[in-house]
Amino acid sequence: MIKYIFRRLLYAIPIAFGVSVVCFSLVYLAPGDPLQTILPSDASADTIAMVKAAYGFDRPIPIQFLKWLGRVLVGDFGESIATRRPVLLEVSGAMSNTATLVMFAVPLSFSLGYVMGAIAGCFPGRMLDRAITGTAVMGVSVPNYWLGIVLVIIFAVEMMALPATGMGANGSTAFSVFRWSDDRFLVLPVITLSMVPIGIIARTTRAAVAEVLNQDFVTTLRAKGLSEFAVVRHVLKNALPQVLAVMGLQFGYLIGGSILVETVFTWPGSGFLLSKAIINRDVPVLQGTILALSMVFVATNLLVDLLQSMIDPRIRRS
Amino acid sequence: MAQSPMAQTMSQTAILDRSPAEGDEQVAPALKVRGYWASVFYRLRYDPVTMFFGAIVLLIVLAAIFAPWLAPFDPYRESIIGRLKPFGWKSHLLGTDELGRDLLSRLLYGGRVSLLMGVVPVCIATVVGGGLGIVGGFAGKSVNTAIMRTMDVFYAFPSVLLAVAISGAMGGGIGNGMIALSLVFTPAMCRVAETATAQVKSLDFVEAARATGAGTLTILRHHILGNVLGPVFIYASTLVSVGILLASGLSFLGLGVRPPTADWGLMLSTLRQSIYVNPVICALPGAAIFVTSICFNLVSDGIRAAMDVRM
Repeated sequence: MIKYIFRRLLYAIPIAFGVSVVCFSLVYLAPGDPLQTILPSDASADTIAMVKAAYGFDRPIPIQFLKWLGRVLVGDFGESIATRRPVLLEVSGAMSNTATLVMFAVPLSFSLGYVMGAIAGCFPGRMLDRAITGTAVMGVSVPNYWLGIVLVIIFAVEMMALPATGMGANGSTAFSVFRWSDDRFLVLPVITLSMVPIGIIARTTRAAVAEVLNQDFVTTLRAKGLSEFAVVRHVLKNALPQVLAVMGLQFGYLIGGSILVETVFTWPGSGFLLSKAIINRDVPVLQGTILALSMVFVATNLLVDLLQSMIDPRIRRS
Repeated sequence: MAQSPMAQTMSQTAILDRSPAEGDEQVAPALKVRGYWASVFYRLRYDPVTMFFGAIVLLIVLAAIFAPWLAPFDPYRESIIGRLKPFGWKSHLLGTDELGRDLLSRLLYGGRVSLLMGVVPVCIATVVGGGLGIVGGFAGKSVNTAIMRTMDVFYAFPSVLLAVAISGAMGGGIGNGMIALSLVFTPAMCRVAETATAQVKSLDFVEAARATGAGTLTILRHHILGNVLGPVFIYASTLVSVGILLASGLSFLGLGVRPPTADWGLMLSTLRQSIYVNPVICALPGAAIFVTSICFNLVSDGIRAAMDVRM
């Protein structure tokens, strides 16, 4: 097991390196000079050269990358062009707000999706299965930014039961999950964010459970005289590794999908920061946010792989 | 096994090792034995759900293609007095938008951009990713490592994030959006093709072909391609719905088309400001995305069941 963990960790390093290369090169994808946004259009050649030297853009690209990587490793993501604040501060603040959303969306969507999928998988072809499968397809197909707007229309505009946007009257700094008046702001974004993972996890679980139910050992268990409840327990346990892999990807989806949902609800998280950075053409923030989010994703995938190998030893050996 | 593309566990992609001469087990022996594709279409024809939603997909595509002839009004003609009017107002069947433009006409025109931006990247990714995957799976060793590890890096980004990052950095627009989405879909496509190729490669008939002196290209064309195309095609069909969702999402964030061009995502984004005035109208472009995405999903589920490919 320790050998497997070590091997998996070693494998994650080149991936993380590659991810940072992609994030770094985002600056060069931008049309024109990366300095265009900060320099006035009538800047003299001297000024351009000076600013270039100040930002290190006059060096060869590999040197620039190594210097950038060195700074990133010690937590220096540069400075936001729009606000002049350190990117690290902006990103960490936004990430904690996104974490608040994900913290509620993950248990909700994972447990609901798993239970729905398990029920549907245990009764294939019945009405209950059809209802759940239908709901799951809708969950997979729904554009969550639209679902958010529809929920706002129903619960905020028409019923006036829940707040439409934001993080509470006191803003994001004073937000506390332990206060009911603040929690009300969580309800709609969390539901919106959870819908797609619920659908995907329900579909995966249903398929996994149906597949395991077809295996010979289930017949053996039944022949042994085990109660149906005990059989289902075995089946669910065997379906878990497959579902877990998908849950790991869905965690990444929740992080990534938050861009659109946070924009709809003006939730000041990493996704909202990202869409602001795009509008302002604030490349350091764009770079920092994407790097931070994708590193979280890489780490989660690593964790899920390790968790999977703990549950299913066969994975370790392959 | 029904799974979304985002939830794909590529390692489980099964191969499609049925030769076209193999008959369908549902058919009585006395009847004419169907070929593989004939039996797929046979199964599809008797699948009412897939046929129904397939018909809707066809209608949506046709409506988008023939938008200039179907649209009752000019989708760009604004009207100061006729803004955000309800259904049926002055023969505007679905009302008008925030600038008084006919919503039905804009929805018809919007479908063109939305479908295009969703489908084209999937096609590009199928060709590029599928090609790379076949090469990687067939060549093995260092070529495989080089291709697959590069793909792993792009796979390490959540899909929405990568799409937004690339098209955001490149400055938005339809073309950049399509490039970004192609890059998002290519690694997944590549994995599907690579897994299928690697599995087929080790089968006896490939070995036999090699023994009879067939060259690499001949083997690829006659023995690998046909067997890999099934899973690749199925996977591509599941991606179409995701492609439409992501493309409209990019437009929603302002990274797709520029106003006043009609596009479902952009329409949703601009109409969002008016939810307090006419909420039903504001929800319509999103409903169009939703319906299209559901139909593509169900059709792709049906095709997968008919082609009997496990993913």
